[in-house]
Amino acid sequence: MTAVYDVAVIGAGPAGLAAATVAAQHALSTVLFDEQAAPGGQIYRAVATSSAARLAIIGDDYARGAAMIEAFRQSGATCVSGATVWAAHRRDDGRWEIGVSHGPPAARDVRFVAARAVILATGALERPFPIPGWTLPGVMAAGAAQVLLKSSGIVGEGRIVLAGTGPLLWLLASQYLNAGVDVAALLDTTPRSRRWRALPGAWDFVRSPYFARGVALVRSVRRRVRVITGVRALAASGPGRVETVQFDAAGDTHALRADLLLLHQGVVPDLNLGIAMGCAYRWNEAQACFEPVVDAWGGTTLPGVFIAGDGAGIAGADAAQARGHLAALAVANALGRIDAKARDDAASMPRALLRRALRGRAFLDTLHRPADAYRMPRGDTVVCRCEEVTAQQVIDAVRAGAPGPNQVKAFLRCGMGPCQGRCCGLTVTELVARERDVSPADAGYFRLRWPVKPITLGEAAAIGTSPEAIDAVVRESPH
Amino acid sequence: MFRRLPEPGALPVPGVPVTLDGNPVMARAGDSVAAVLLMAGRIACRKAPVSGEPRGPFCLMGACFDCVVTIDGAPNRQGCLVTVAPGMRIETGHGAR
Repeated sequence: MTAVYDVAVIGAGPAGLAAATVAAQHALSTVLFDEQAAPGGQIYRAVATSSAARLAIIGDDYARGAAMIEAFRQSGATCVSGATVWAAHRRDDGRWEIGVSHGPPAARDVRFVAARAVILATGALERPFPIPGWTLPGVMAAGAAQVLLKSSGIVGEGRIVLAGTGPLLWLLASQYLNAGVDVAALLDTTPRSRRWRALPGAWDFVRSPYFARGVALVRSVRRRVRVITGVRALAASGPGRVETVQFDAAGDTHALRADLLLLHQGVVPDLNLGIAMGCAYRWNEAQACFEPVVDAWGGTTLPGVFIAGDGAGIAGADAAQARGHLAALAVANALGRIDAKARDDAASMPRALLRRALRGRAFLDTLHRPADAYRMPRGDTVVCRCEEVTAQQVIDAVRAGAPGPNQVKAFLRCGMGPCQGRCCGLTVTELVARERDVSPADAGYFRLRWPVKPITLGEAAAIGTSPEAIDAVVRESPH
Repeated sequence: MFRRLPEPGALPVPGVPVTLDGNPVMARAGDSVAAVLLMAGRIACRKAPVSGEPRGPFCLMGACFDCVVTIDGAPNRQGCLVTVAPGMRIETGHGAR
């Protein structure tokens, strides 16, 4: 790794791959850090090493990621896989100092890498799905099942129940069917009222690339899987591991035996790094999540920092690729490689791709916005998985005077565990907002600090004591 | 709980010998430690720090920290982010922090 890169890209999904490729093609020295073992992100995970049989099961939308990875490999950008970025700090000279932990589990190497510009392409997280029993072994995220299939050709076995809402749930069902895996039931939690509310966006959706694929997908799954719609009061129970899934549907309470329960209710931007850096963010009411404030190029409220892909707002893989491309063009312009006209000319292609990719999103967002009961649980349902804090405890803390998530965190430790709010932050915000009868924007979010992923004391001790090293762990107040 | 798909026509993937709580297990090149746990039927790999309830891999994307195990003596490693290497020692059940 060289001393100062022109641009550091963080995350190797479609946005990061496109950004790094285009940056390197503009003769910018480019480094890409990614936490996974190989580039591709979650959507194109392990695609470069996938067998033909596996590609056929997962589908064409996956297979085409291989070309993106190949273009990236040829671009001259430096790729650092298996690297955890846990800090990024602006030095007095305007450069960004990035704290990276890298290497085998028992011998992690910690260092700082400097860059003139940073493009965050940290992608999306599964939206929290806090139902009773969601911490039981055997209850997993639907995305986890896709990870196993993509990276190792591993699938579930036994009584498999899928539950939730959103295209990915149906996609997983279809991939499992392609692989010859039985799916015992698909429990659709989409509220019935959503279909009517989504109607105004239906025309755009019908003209979108998602429509034909989506309809075919749902039809093929419905032919072969027991699909139950209007599912409410979903819960998993043990003891010790999931054994039963209970729910209400069509006026009755039902129970299904299950060996594996795969949950999904959409994805939300992974904002931890950007927020800790000090990027401004806002509440997106349609998608019920926070997203960073970005301009048409992905530029954030911080100089030299861009966010591309689902980390800038959920829009899918094609939009992510386009936005990665646009952010790299903006950086190439900012660092003097191309003038504004060349930037704007080169942007016409990714902008057209972006427009196409965004068509129909409003319909999907409205249709699959999870029901309040699945975003804001009640009673002793665990909200914070790390510290095992329940919904009622959060509500009680607000009634005792905690005005926002940070005070709830101080009362209860929720959001203070190793996941640092990734699995509970949105739930806590919405619970506080509902209890106080304010908007989630006013309730706010956890204050996030370095390190955004845990590092050991040994790693911290190895950082060194140069002024730059000390600066990089001192957090500046962004507001 | 989990099984590996047959992949006719695919190139053979090398086996990677590791130990899981001292017992020899044959993983495959490219498997994550979390995949090794699940294939071995270990859907629970630790106890939650407050209640002591069993927990196991949940998100497999590096977000949830429910698959943390001790790897080659280093505690609290996210099993889903570590790829197996020959001779790797994986130990479960050591809590979460």
